[in-house]
Amino acid sequence: MTEISRRKLFATAGALVVAFSLPGEAETNQKLPGSLSSEPRLSGWIRVDAKGDITVFTGKAELGQGIRTALTQLAAEQLDVAPARVTVVTADTGQTANEGYTAGSHSMQDSGTAIVNASAEVRSLLVEAAAARLGLPAASLSTQDGRVTAPDGRSLGYGELAAALSPDRSATPGNRLKDPKAHKVMGQSLQRVDIPAKVTGGAAYVQDMRLPGMVHARIIRPPSYGATLLELDSAKVEAMPGVLKVVREGSYLAVIAEKEWQAVVAMRSLAGAAKWNAGRALPDPATIFDTIRALPSRAIVIRDDQANVAAGTRSVSARYLRPYGMHGSIGPSCAIGLMQGDSLTVWTHTQGVYPDRQAIAALLKMPQAKIRCIHVEGSGCYGHNGADDAAGDAALLARAMPERPVRVQWMREQENTWEPYTPAMVTEASAALDASGRIVDWQYGVWSNAHSTRPGGAGELIAGWSLPEPTIPSAPVPIPQPEGGGDRNAIPLYNVPNMKVVSHFIPEMPLRVSAMRGLGAYMNVFSIESFMHELAEAAGADQVAFRLKHLSDPRARDVINLAAERFGWNAAAPLAKDHGRGFAFARYKNLAAYAAVAVEVSVDRESGLVRVIRADIAVDSGEVVNPDGIRNQIQGGFVQSSSWTLVEELRWSTAAITSRDWGGYPILRFQNVPQSVTVHLIDRPGLPFLGTGEAAQGPTAAAIANAVADAAKLRVRQLPLSPTRMKAALSA
Amino acid sequence: MISLNVNGTIHHLDVDPNIPLLYVLRDELGLNGAKFGCGLGQCGACTVMLDGQAIFSCLTPAIVLEGRQIRTVEGLGTVEQPGVLQQAFIDEQAAQCGYCIAGMIMRAQALLERNPSPTDAEIRTQMQPNLCRCGTHMRIIVAIKRASQAMGHAALPAAAVKEVVR
Repeated sequence: MTEISRRKLFATAGALVVAFSLPGEAETNQKLPGSLSSEPRLSGWIRVDAKGDITVFTGKAELGQGIRTALTQLAAEQLDVAPARVTVVTADTGQTANEGYTAGSHSMQDSGTAIVNASAEVRSLLVEAAAARLGLPAASLSTQDGRVTAPDGRSLGYGELAAALSPDRSATPGNRLKDPKAHKVMGQSLQRVDIPAKVTGGAAYVQDMRLPGMVHARIIRPPSYGATLLELDSAKVEAMPGVLKVVREGSYLAVIAEKEWQAVVAMRSLAGAAKWNAGRALPDPATIFDTIRALPSRAIVIRDDQANVAAGTRSVSARYLRPYGMHGSIGPSCAIGLMQGDSLTVWTHTQGVYPDRQAIAALLKMPQAKIRCIHVEGSGCYGHNGADDAAGDAALLARAMPERPVRVQWMREQENTWEPYTPAMVTEASAALDASGRIVDWQYGVWSNAHSTRPGGAGELIAGWSLPEPTIPSAPVPIPQPEGGGDRNAIPLYNVPNMKVVSHFIPEMPLRVSAMRGLGAYMNVFSIESFMHELAEAAGADQVAFRLKHLSDPRARDVINLAAERFGWNAAAPLAKDHGRGFAFARYKNLAAYAAVAVEVSVDRESGLVRVIRADIAVDSGEVVNPDGIRNQIQGGFVQSSSWTLVEELRWSTAAITSRDWGGYPILRFQNVPQSVTVHLIDRPGLPFLGTGEAAQGPTAAAIANAVADAAKLRVRQLPLSPTRMKAALSA
Repeated sequence: MISLNVNGTIHHLDVDPNIPLLYVLRDELGLNGAKFGCGLGQCGACTVMLDGQAIFSCLTPAIVLEGRQIRTVEGLGTVEQPGVLQQAFIDEQAAQCGYCIAGMIMRAQALLERNPSPTDAEIRTQMQPNLCRCGTHMRIIVAIKRASQAMGHAALPAAAVKEVVR
């Protein structure tokens, strides 16, 4: 420890107490766990107030995935307080650490790991403070219900001891976590803290915020990418009831009114008054996969294993296609902006308050320090939808109407036609089997656009594209392995001696695209696990046994065995007519949660309609914090992925996006969701948390496709497996 | 001036007669339950009850609602005292983002008042107009069945009618 840091430490309140647990030199070189490595101050994560109540600060956002509840459990457990005494403050540039985006199933791994360790360390500091006050060894003291208690019955509340926690105190390496066997809160299905308000009409979303003096705005977007405003006579709209202002900056057009309905009516009128030139033409949807395959791409070899083994005796190859898809949030994007003097506050359901602030600062040419972005929940986003763009709109409109909160919500057709879609993708696989039915060679390529065009820069906010000096999107870059973007999960976990995997990154984006739940993992796992089914058939092997034969990771084998067992996997057992069974497995990103899925489907040979009858899913998320939270995420992920796989496909013409509403972009409804989806958890107490929120997306798609192939006795390799496509295949 | 009976309270409102009920509920009455989802009657996020039937409040002009009984999720209970369906949704943890849930509850309420013991198939048919993007469907079905068992003969007690002028 340097002299400076020692002096600084002793200058702060409670320094004497703190000094007892100073780490040695060797320990300080260890990396702090989770996001503590980027925000080491304990007070950045945990604060104890004078009453002994706990506030947890996370840079991650509640997106409906239940993170607020799981983080509450971590702090309550390690600090020995009731969950009701824990408040969680989520992503807010004015209060929380910069944890980037709430994405990639990282929240438990990064923020959860930081919070569980910070909580444990704060508890140990409180115990040391109590030991000093009571003149007893720390080891003789225990904690419960927010108090430190001595064997003689004396006790001190956390509130009395909180002064010992210096705000500058940094976390130190070392494991202070409780023995998982002693857990009372972690590992329990604590009910979600946000659900009661959501079912009773409480103010739960940014859409529900009503600030004093708030006004309502609506945007009039160009009819297509790159269209510019030629003519506008806004006089009539300006005279409409309640209209406060028509905002026009270049081709950026919006209206602000006192009331929301007035803004909607004025928006429609203004849209009718605006004349636009044609934007850039979109590619022919009929040949989109040829277009994608032909676009210039950069080949990145992400795996190249070569071994001297005998060549295979039998080869198999296949090509798989997935269309553009939509996040399809039920609530269109919304944000509120308030410009007071030279300071701007934006309430937003962005996944990344800090990156969004950076983009807004660039858009408005303001210093970041003058902008505060506060996350407030929105409708589920499942990735980069219109949230950041709406925040950009709110910022621009707050500047146009200073000193009044400006709430802007997009209309359905705006969300549908302007959100960044998940890219259409092409994969090609070929493999060789030896005489024993083992895969000896595996060649795989994936062609894709970028899977993240998130802010950062002003060019990542669509409002900027229409300004008098249009902002330019940053050049897209691939997300590198091991997480990957288009090539996420492109490397199978199976043991194959010769394996080459190439990611073909396509910079040019025919449609606006970005991150959607699972990124490329959805398509790669669909492809790889469909291909495994095809290979198993070629080898004459059972689907489950064939996977296990090529897999050595014991945790992967465990989920596969458990899903098969609970499903009652028996390929020889007869099924009802036109029913089929399918299986798939993946470990998300090859480094997060393991998931194996077994499903039974039926295929109606007349209509082509596929129904999922039942599914059993086995999941290993490392140490389980909230079992029901994981089940909810996996069940939801299964149903959502079923919808992507069976019905979803973006529609457009060369002039415009035509999936303008739910009629043009159908998703699964109640009558077609499965009869049952059962999730089976493998708990790994004491092992690291493994991100789970996206783990079901890929295996679900492949398990369904494999079951469809089993039922229909034919393989459809282009998604979605819609009635139209299935019917065509069945009658071919 | 339009007079609307919402959750047993009569509100006299000076609004554009063509304004959809959704905007009256949210903007004039400050109620959060009914949500804007599509404005087209395709998603059900705005579902409320009108004289016992589930309707899309985004499509229903306020002018046609005088003298009729409008109920929203706020009329079923509170955080402190949730209604039977609300409690069933909490017990089953039948929400993820939850944006669709108030609409789901109102459509389910309309079913249970008409048919206290629906089958799975009847529940699915009733809920078909409402979309959930998080994939919470199966939990919603289970929650409705749970409420059906808990309710038996449930109808909301008739609330005293109050009058409010805006």
